[in-house]
Amino acid sequence: MTKPPIYALLLSILMVAAPHAEHLPPWVSALCAALLLWRAYLTHSGNPLPRRWLLTVITIAGAGGILIEFHTLFGREAGVTLLILLTALKFMELRNVRDAMVLIYLACFIVITNFFYSQSIPTALYMLATLLLIVTTWVHLHGQSIAFKPRLLVAGTLLLQAIPLTLVLFVLFPRVQGPLWGLPQDAFATSGLDDKMSPGSLSRLSLSDEVAFRVVYNSQPPRRDQMYWRGPVLWNFDGRTWTPGRTMRTVAPQFADTAQPIDYSVTLEPHNKTWLFALDMPDRLSVAADLTYDFQILRKEPLKARLRYEARSHLVYHANLLESERQIQRALQLPPGLNPRAQELAQRWRAAAEAAPSPQPSPASGRGGNRPLMGTDETVVRAALAHFNRENFHYTLEPPPLPGSNSIDEFLFETRRGFCEHYAGSFVVLMRAAHIPARVVTGYQGGEYNDIGGYYIVRQSDAHAWAEVWLSGQGWVRIDPTAAIAPARVERNLAAALPDTAALPFMARSAPQWLRDLRLNWDAVSNRWNQWVLGYNSELQFAFLSRLGMEDVTWQKLALNMTFVLGLVIAAFALFMLRHLIKRQPDKVQTTWLKVCRKLAKAGLPRAAHEGALDYAERVAAARPGLAGDIRDLASRYNSLRYGVERDELSLRAFCKAVRAFHP
Amino acid sequence: MNPSLNNVIAQAEQVIVGKPRQIRMALACLLARGHLLIEDLPGVGKTTLAQVLARTLGLQFQRIQFTSDLLPADILGVSIYQRDSGKFEFHPGPIFAQMVLADEVNRATPKAQSALLEAMEERQVTIEGTTRPLPTPFFVIATQNPTYQIGTFPLPESQLDRFLMRIRMGYPDPQAERGLLSGVDRREIVAGLAPQLESAELLALQQRVQQVFVSPALLDYVQAILRHTREATRYTHGLSPRAGLALLAAARAWALLDGRNAVLPEDVQAVLPGVASHRLQPLGERAKQDSDALVQELIAAVAIP
Repeated sequence: MTKPPIYALLLSILMVAAPHAEHLPPWVSALCAALLLWRAYLTHSGNPLPRRWLLTVITIAGAGGILIEFHTLFGREAGVTLLILLTALKFMELRNVRDAMVLIYLACFIVITNFFYSQSIPTALYMLATLLLIVTTWVHLHGQSIAFKPRLLVAGTLLLQAIPLTLVLFVLFPRVQGPLWGLPQDAFATSGLDDKMSPGSLSRLSLSDEVAFRVVYNSQPPRRDQMYWRGPVLWNFDGRTWTPGRTMRTVAPQFADTAQPIDYSVTLEPHNKTWLFALDMPDRLSVAADLTYDFQILRKEPLKARLRYEARSHLVYHANLLESERQIQRALQLPPGLNPRAQELAQRWRAAAEAAPSPQPSPASGRGGNRPLMGTDETVVRAALAHFNRENFHYTLEPPPLPGSNSIDEFLFETRRGFCEHYAGSFVVLMRAAHIPARVVTGYQGGEYNDIGGYYIVRQSDAHAWAEVWLSGQGWVRIDPTAAIAPARVERNLAAALPDTAALPFMARSAPQWLRDLRLNWDAVSNRWNQWVLGYNSELQFAFLSRLGMEDVTWQKLALNMTFVLGLVIAAFALFMLRHLIKRQPDKVQTTWLKVCRKLAKAGLPRAAHEGALDYAERVAAARPGLAGDIRDLASRYNSLRYGVERDELSLRAFCKAVRAFHP
Repeated sequence: MNPSLNNVIAQAEQVIVGKPRQIRMALACLLARGHLLIEDLPGVGKTTLAQVLARTLGLQFQRIQFTSDLLPADILGVSIYQRDSGKFEFHPGPIFAQMVLADEVNRATPKAQSALLEAMEERQVTIEGTTRPLPTPFFVIATQNPTYQIGTFPLPESQLDRFLMRIRMGYPDPQAERGLLSGVDRREIVAGLAPQLESAELLALQQRVQQVFVSPALLDYVQAILRHTREATRYTHGLSPRAGLALLAAARAWALLDGRNAVLPEDVQAVLPGVASHRLQPLGERAKQDSDALVQELIAAVAIP
């Protein structure tokens, strides 16, 4: 092995392994870097490679270290770590081209392992560049004399030629349902809504501008203040934290008087939780999931891969008009003895409402629910909303901490600065204290429209919490107390509702137009990438193929088709490359002359390929004097037709006729 | 076929018995305006061939015997001071003839060799700043002893390329040798030969050679031969484009000698040993192989398309 290809190999491995440094144990990264450096030094100085026993010791120690670190040698983490360590060690016995080829294959395999961790477009582009480098190195191994540029050109051509094969494999390779092998939990994003809510939990989430899901409406999108993406419903309150309690999956919820159905499709990023998001109130869903009694959509398994589903919701509804006594009791329960001032306030409202039953529709109440609120309960709800609106409450991402046990009292009467979880939580407590069944709903509100891709992006910063109260004759009605304090949050977005000084995710506030456009463009591109490249699962594959006319798609059929099409593509390439071997169609004179030769060959006098017509004629004449006249005549006709100055149709026809008449 | 050419060949065959192929090759080389290199042992009739051709074609003949102390001026000529006129007067060297026999060209030093070869290539001589054209037609026959003899300067490949053809005389067959041994002294016969062609006729024939038709099919064949020499692994390097042009020119002349107006693959095959054998170097162990056999292999290896 000469030096340049060794350096090229070192660079290739370094590039392909570099992204792994992020999650490898630091000592492995350091050991590998040291090994590569050592090899580079040995190459530079021309010193001999280390002895076998030393390598054995390092290998055993390394494997032992990995075993201690991960308690296994298998699985994604330990496997990738071991692979990279052994690859670096392989350099220590790189002596000939065969070893170099092993390293090339290892490098290609490490390219794949990178996709265990990230499947984004930048990763794919980087890996493509790395692959180009690897192939260039490979070309280098077999053609030392080729300069770098032509080498790169050869590698690029090879990769380009691989595109048809790649496409065939991508479209036709049978997909398995779900990930091919089980990946550990941390392979998936875990940021997102939790099924618990305590002061501060949502405001922390609001600082992330990660995408939660993307939505395409099949028709006119609803108004912004109707875009409530329903997530976990929280019933239980322990004085500080809201939790869902026991969810009834078996009892179906009831709908009545539904109107304004809306169809849309959601592409949900994996969040490692069981719930899916849908607009209030969800009715139908294209994937298998339960619609619980409190209108949550729950899957059996946590979501570990991006999921796309179609859904239908009703913007106008009466939900659970007849609520069971047990649920009513659940929605009224409060931790006993806590927050006395809030209880007292609520009871005062209640007494006032009962004393003066003069219900009037309030403009503020139309915002949260479906209808103007009527009756005593409604009066209380209106009073609470008016209280939030009138009193000096502030909407802020940085609320002061509420350390005491009566956190609701502290918030309502002292700090009065809070985020949506504070308002939703305290509102529900107030309602329950006034003996109105209420619960907290968490989810997302709003979304950013991407006019390039024609879809809405809902980010973690759109996380929201609101309340639902049960009113007899109306069922569960959505009340958003945040809307009473900061209407801009619901009508526009978070940034509009907060003072300019508040810390926000990068770009959530109005950034320069070109930067926003760039971000929306990028999101549109990655959305397509997600939908069509990463999201190309067995369902999409089957749908695509049946649109192409393939019926009853099964994986066996897919495999057969794939083999067939791959064979076709390879054959096409082979034909293209070997095209100069395929003989050009000889002209009429030549084919006719070859007929003469065939006739004579049958008679035992084959013409040698290099034999000219005259020589052949003489040879034939010598062997078969009876043919002498004919064959000499034919040869001279042939020569004058093929090599002569003039070539008229008449003599060509005469020649053909003479050949037909020629019978040796 | 041109009757006078027939006469030329007939007359030459009377003197050089049993070598019709060599005579035709030499004639083809001359008609294609090339120069000829004859490589063989002394005494096989190289000089006689040259003399006979010169006589029969009616060309002025000069002979230069190359020796190791030959100087360029001995070939090209010198200017000598004339006492009468007080001027230098140019005395042309033996190169100023229509047919020049450069005998044993590999015995001279490279300097003398290159003087001859430059004149051959450019068909003119520049001495002391004056360019003097050489007569037309101008034809050089150089003879060369096989290079393994002592005291020779073998011509380098680039110089060999200046010769359109290289041929070998070979020993005569027994019958021809009998006639040679029993017959009259060849020198006497040569002295008595009458020219069969005028200079102008020869020039006209050279013109006609260029007009011999070459069909696309034949060009395919020539290119197949060239490609084979470049792609096959048995040669150090393939034939150059100049060699391809030479091959075509020689094949045209051969076709004309055969009385045809178009070139056939057989013509190419006939001249290929003369044109290619000194331009192809066999590789490795085959280096000792006879170069004519090498060319025969080449012919057999390339199919006529």
